[in-house]
This record gives sequence, C-alpha cells and structure tokens, in this order.
Amino acid sequence: MNHKTSPVTALRRTAVYVVLVAGALVSLIPFYWMAVAGTHTSDELFHSPPPFLPGGALLHNLMGLQRSIGFGRVLLNSLGIALVYTVLSSLLSAMCGYGLAKYRFRGRGLLLGVVLATMMIPLQVLLVPLFQMMSSLGWIDTYQAVVLPFLANSFGILLMRQSFLDFPDEILESARIDGAGELRTFYLVVIPTARPQLAALMVYTFMAQWNSFIWPLLMLNTQDKYTVPVALNTLTGLTHVDYAGLMLGSLLATLPLLALFLVFQRQFVAGLLGGALKG
Amino acid sequence: MTITPTRRRAAPTSRPARGSAPRRRRTGLVAWLFAGPAALLFAIFFAYPLGASLYQSFTERRGGVDVWVGLAQYRRLAHDPSFAHSMLNAGLILTVQVPVMIVLALVLAVLLNQSWLRVRGTWRAVYFLPAVTTLVAYSVVFQVLLKTDGGLANQALHALGLGQADWLNSPGWARVSVIGSITWRWTGYNAVILLAGLQAIGREQYEAAALDGAGVLRVYTSVVLPQLRPVVLFCVITSSIGTLQLFDENYVLTRGGPGDATLTPVVYLYKIGFQQLDFGYAAAIAWVVVAVIAAVSLVQFALYGRERDR
Repeated sequence: MNHKTSPVTALRRTAVYVVLVAGALVSLIPFYWMAVAGTHTSDELFHSPPPFLPGGALLHNLMGLQRSIGFGRVLLNSLGIALVYTVLSSLLSAMCGYGLAKYRFRGRGLLLGVVLATMMIPLQVLLVPLFQMMSSLGWIDTYQAVVLPFLANSFGILLMRQSFLDFPDEILESARIDGAGELRTFYLVVIPTARPQLAALMVYTFMAQWNSFIWPLLMLNTQDKYTVPVALNTLTGLTHVDYAGLMLGSLLATLPLLALFLVFQRQFVAGLLGGALKG
Repeated sequence: MTITPTRRRAAPTSRPARGSAPRRRRTGLVAWLFAGPAALLFAIFFAYPLGASLYQSFTERRGGVDVWVGLAQYRRLAHDPSFAHSMLNAGLILTVQVPVMIVLALVLAVLLNQSWLRVRGTWRAVYFLPAVTTLVAYSVVFQVLLKTDGGLANQALHALGLGQADWLNSPGWARVSVIGSITWRWTGYNAVILLAGLQAIGREQYEAAALDGAGVLRVYTSVVLPQLRPVVLFCVITSSIGTLQLFDENYVLTRGGPGDATLTPVVYLYKIGFQQLDFGYAAAIAWVVVAVIAAVSLVQFALYGRERDR
C-alpha cells in the first residue's frame, strides 16, 4: 500500500465497493428484518411506514410462541436430535471413510459405488418406501425414525475418506508393529490427525439435521416431539398467522446456525469446496 | 465433482496389502468392522427403499394390496397436465434462473477476488449467510416481506410511487417471488465456491497477461474463465440438480400454487404421495425425475467436454 493509486483506479475500486455493499444489503436485509420484526406485534409489522428499529414486544412474542407450540421444548428436541445425529453420523463417516481409504477388501468397489449413487438419487425417491418401512416397524412419531435412516452420510464418508487417503501408511505400519490393535490405532493415532476435517463435517452435519424439514415433518405428529422447523411450519397454516411470533421463532432457529457458521466459517467453506476444487 | 478425485487418488492405496494370505483375510475382516455399520445402514435405508420404489412404480394400490400394472403409471404420467406443468416450471427455472444466478455469482466472485479488497473473509461470510439459514425461517421472512397488504416489498413499491404486486397469489408474480428467493439464497453460495476456484488460479497468470497488454475483460475471458471451467461446471450441475429436486421454496412459500403456477415435480410427488396416498403414481414420478436429472447432467457433461476439445 505504499504506492499511490491513480484517480481512475480509485474510482474503479469505489465502484466495486458500491456494488459489493449493495449486494451485501440484499443479502442481509431479510436477516435484519427478521430480528426487528420479532420484537414488534404482528399489527405493527404491516403499518405504513413499517418499523425499522427494534420494538418492545419481544417478551410478548416469546410467551406467545411458548403457548402456541411449546417453543422451549421444541428447541430442546431439535438440539438433542441434531447432537445425537451429528455424533453418530460423523463417527460412522470417519470409520467408513477410513475403511475405504486404508484397506483393500472384497466389496470395497461396490460400497464406494453405493456411496456415490446415494449422492445422485434424490431423497424424494426414497420417501414413500421409507415411510412405509417406518410405519410397519411402528416407529412413526419416534426419534429413531427421524435419525436412523440418514445416519450413513455419503458426503461425510467421501470427505473423511479423502482426508485419510493422505495419512502416511508408514505410521500405521509402525503402530501395528508396536502392537496397537486396528481400532486403537484408529482412535488414538488416525482420528486426532483428522480433527479439522472432522470438525468441519460435524458442523455441516449439525446444520443439515437442524434444518431438516420434510423427513421430520413426515415422521413426527405430536407437538411435544416436533423439531423447530416442523413446529414453525404448523404456525404458517393457520387462518390468523402470528407473523411476529413466527419471525421471532425463525430468528431463534437461525441464531445457532449463524453462530456456528461464523465460528467455523473457514472449515465449513473448505469442506464444501472439497468436491468442487479437486476435480 | 467428488467422483474424479476419489477414483484418481485411489490408485496408490489399491496396492495389495503386504503380508501373508491369512493376514490379508484378517484385514478384510477389520475393514468391514470399519465400513460395515455404514454399509449395513445403506443396505437397509437406501438400497432396499430404492428397489421398493422402483417396484412400486409398476403397481397400483387396489383394496389395500399393490397390484402389478406394468407401465400404466408411467402412461398416466405422460397425460397428466399437472405433471407437465411442474416440468415446465422446472424448465423455466433451469433456463432462466440458473444462468442468471451463475453469472451473478461469477461477477461477485471476481469482485471478491480483487487483490486490494479489505476484509475479504467478512464479505464472503455476508454473501454466504443466506445459504445457512433455516429453511422455514427463510420462507417465513419472505412470506412477510412479500405479503400483499403491508408487506415490505409492496410498501417500498408504494413509496417509489409504483403499483402493488400480488407477490404470492397471482401466477406470474408467484413465479417471480419463488425465483427471486431461490436466487437470494444460493447466489452467494455459488459465488464462494467460484471465488475459491479463482483463488486456486495463480495471480502471476493474470499479471503476465496484463503485462502482455491484455485488458481486464480480455484477461478474464481468455485466461481466467477457461481455467475456471471445471468449477463453473460443478456449480451449474449442482444448481441444475437442485432445481430439478426443488421442493423447499415452492412448498413453504406457495404450496406450488396458485393453481399449478409454482408446482415443481417434487412438490407434485409429495402431494400425490403424502396427501393423496397414491404411492405407485408417486414412485413413477420419482423415477421420471431421476431419469431427467441423469439426462440433464449427462448433457451438461457432454457440452462441457465438447467445449474443452475446441
């Protein structure tokens, strides 16, 4: 930054910043509006001019949400499901990814093929048979029905496999020579080296489960078992929609994701790009 | 996508394990210890339902039992105006929204890649945010923004002295609203992917071209874009698949309406399967969607391959 920039360059840079700021506003205004709207009553939202600053109805809306959908309980449900799913699914992904990366075994090609195929088949193809399966198991309206069918996660398996491929075989050999069992080697030697990728995967998995909508919508049908998206969705179908409450609920549903994303931004974006860039 | 790298990278590890035969059999067992649980889940919750759905698409439920009807469901689909409508809507989004979004994302990525740009990470986060929003939250916000009476969009139009739009209830505007909200949600996501692609191209390459007297536009069209092509293809294919599988926006914002104006194949599938409980027909729709996705991806790969040969 020592050299002076010419007026033309300065003008060009200003133009770039103007475009970027305009785009950023488009990107952020819905979030801002969500935060503002959650603190007003529904009537105030549609006044002319609309409110641009936070109002005083936050507590009122919060209590309304608690009354209508038991929001506290619903938040805990979502959190619990997402955490259990994240831990189990990431563990499975790491194990399967490691198996595919470091062992040569009968059926390996087939398994890899299946993993790739799951990424290309839309979820909706499976919905009806899966629904029937859950219903014949008597699992409708249970949490295992929400979590179990999607525990094996192709994206996670491929991501972990990719990161284990780079793990040097010599270290595995020497751990074996030292007499460490295969499982011990995996947990104590291999996993710690893949911590960044595992963290990225866990963030990604948590977000995906937290946001998951169709499947929990199909599986859960009592209110005290609902997840946040399913519970909020019930509010949109009413004749008198409490928009302010919905906005507050939406804000509270989004905040954990925003926090996670901002903290783990680098890993998260890197994980998403894994597929795009190494082609 | 991930296919090429994994296959290519697999080569070094494909060497047979050293050691005696019994030892190798043992490692096979150990390997299944690692890969087995996920494989079992795939078999139960992926392979089985996949087969079941294919079978179901050749059946019809009559008096509580599935009766084999051959291709009847597929024939019915060929004459179903609602399904045709849903395919047209997907086609419209595919040919209008996807290109516009990819171009916008490219422009954004190029702007974000300027070497002198400050706090690039913050910009990137801001543009990526829409993609990490909870679906229901996002649709609620857009419902409120686009509400006909007193919604922010109409109030803004009014303040500018323009007329009001019935954003979600008139067929034309409902399409505009859905397309607009999809674009809002996914442009930044694609821009971030393209930005990473740009960053992987060495800066010295543009500088060399600039020294040779190429203008900014020329540098981009003849040096940068050709190298970025794999990443652009990745974005185009994932966006196209996303379009053909589109459900979220259209279901939560408009339920596919008014009429069939924003109906997508998957929203239709959902309605047939879970509202009308016509499982055989829903399965047929699902497999047609799969076939179309496969065809579109193949065409895009083929076009891409041809361009590269030029």
